[in-house]
Amino acid sequence: MTSMPATPPRLTGEALRAGYESRPVLDGVDLAVAEGKLTVLLGPNGSGKSTLLKTLARTLTPSSGRVCLDGQDIHRHKTREVAQQLGILPQGPDAPEGLTVRQLVGMGRFPHQRLWRQDAEQDARAIRQAMVYADVTDFAERSVDALSGGQRQRCWIAMVLAQETDLILLDEPTTFLDLKVQVDLLELLSRLAHEHGRTLLLVLHDLNLAAAYADELVMMRDGRIVANGPPEQVFTAHHLKRVFDLDAQVLEDPETGSPICVPYTRQGARARTRPTSPTVDRRAVS
Amino acid sequence: MTHSTTLNPSTDATADTGRARYASLLGLLGLVLLASMGLSLGLGSFPTAFGEILRAMAAPQDSDIAFIVWELRLPRLLLAVLVGAALAVAGAILQGMVRNPLASPDVIGITSGAALAAVTFLALAGTTLSIHWLPAAALAGALLAALLVFLLAWKGSVAPSRLVLVGIGLSAAMGALTTLLIVISDDAAAMTAYVWLTGSLYAAQWQDVLGMLPWLLVATPLCLAQARHMDAMALGDAVAQGLGVNLLRSRLVLMACSVALAGAAVAFAGGLSFVGLIAPHIASRLVGRGFARLVPAAALVGALIVLYADLLGRVAFLPKDLPAGIFVSGVGAPFFVYLLHRTRYRSG
Repeated sequence: MTSMPATPPRLTGEALRAGYESRPVLDGVDLAVAEGKLTVLLGPNGSGKSTLLKTLARTLTPSSGRVCLDGQDIHRHKTREVAQQLGILPQGPDAPEGLTVRQLVGMGRFPHQRLWRQDAEQDARAIRQAMVYADVTDFAERSVDALSGGQRQRCWIAMVLAQETDLILLDEPTTFLDLKVQVDLLELLSRLAHEHGRTLLLVLHDLNLAAAYADELVMMRDGRIVANGPPEQVFTAHHLKRVFDLDAQVLEDPETGSPICVPYTRQGARARTRPTSPTVDRRAVS
Repeated sequence: MTHSTTLNPSTDATADTGRARYASLLGLLGLVLLASMGLSLGLGSFPTAFGEILRAMAAPQDSDIAFIVWELRLPRLLLAVLVGAALAVAGAILQGMVRNPLASPDVIGITSGAALAAVTFLALAGTTLSIHWLPAAALAGALLAALLVFLLAWKGSVAPSRLVLVGIGLSAAMGALTTLLIVISDDAAAMTAYVWLTGSLYAAQWQDVLGMLPWLLVATPLCLAQARHMDAMALGDAVAQGLGVNLLRSRLVLMACSVALAGAAVAFAGGLSFVGLIAPHIASRLVGRGFARLVPAAALVGALIVLYADLLGRVAFLPKDLPAGIFVSGVGAPFFVYLLHRTRYRSG
């Protein structure tokens, strides 16, 4: 696998500087999003990872540098043509009251539809497949705002899937969800890359989930990329200290071999030296 | 249905019943509107029997009341219908664009711009120029105000929230100028201005109907062509852009439609713009989501509201002919308070 020549990246950012109003966030970032892989942007709050994702998604226009899709400046493409290649799920999307799951997923067909030309059969097939893949078919006719957080996020992912794009960018798709739900979502997303050849770029907050699911890990701090590569190479105690200012030990998952970080704790270590059984006994008595 | 084998039959059926329900609802609203127009044609200060109305409609040359029916009541009720529909569609566009149910054509300065222009016209040119130029002046004021709001809110893009804030600010300033002009102008002009500001269809003529109609005929299909864009924008700017919506272009087209519709309506009927707030709400309760479904329903509801407001004004307090705006606001204001209450309850 590794000896095979890698497909040239379709989405690249060159010397990107970008930010909001007068506050610059990205400070000269170069990134080529690896084809057919799941790449995770990781960094502390304010490191510029969401800004980088938004700039690559053309939601933000860089103040200098450029984003290229298939070698051409993304802002020179028609936005509808970009939308046929690249799907976006922004952070914390908000569905209007009463919108049903099926209607939301159907919105993913927008870039493929014209007022005078709509392929109903193709649309219906894409919508159905996306709903099956994201496992939202069971509540297709319910309104999105009445679902749980995890279900709702699966609906949004289904919408992006119905768009049938090779590139998918997701900004913190797992934030505020239960751990189990996060794991399920990441399983779903990594299957998209590994079994369906899609290219995924996502911003994650959880270090260990990022290390477990990323094929490529991009670590950012202060608007710059500090480290970029497979987790086994990049996810080190040295980088965690440098990027997050976190003192942690990096171990290896005995099952998968992916790295895991365990922060050094002082309070926790002290608590563990105390005997824990009397606590249980006391509770059992009372 | 050729693709029924590829689709889950139950979902196909749901979609079909939804469509059937919508079509019958629209048909029902249309019938109610037609019946109400018939009713409005038959009622007035001069008592007319239903048979006489029919005779006047069919053969005006043989009827004594042909003038009442053809020249007084018919243009007035048609203008009411057109103005109501235009304001409702304009409101539906703005509420969708701003993603806020409390938006109406007022908030981007259309009404206050038209009012200022109309009052200026009455105060300065009312004696020299024919009153027939009033709609043109008001329309120019509405378009200028909307353009000014747009330019002041422009910052490389149009954020709808900024548009609303600038619009409210500018409306307040124009409102102050309007009041000043009314106070310093003579009594007759002030009275005309005041009735105009309230919103009235009094003395509507065929030329008003013909002046109003083209705006609806152009702007309604234009905004319907943007219906899918509007639905995508309801998911938020970032999602809409990700789906390939050209936000700036869609917003410009939609805003131009809204300004044209509301501006023309206000020009011909004065300050009835509350219709633009309540009609889309009532309509969306009836038809659910989707801009393409909302627009025709809102237009029918808006037409009904203005038609009945004008009918009440004409016949409820005879021999007085009260401005329709009184009744639009009379119903609209409590509804507005209810909306505010409901929104606060939901978010709190």
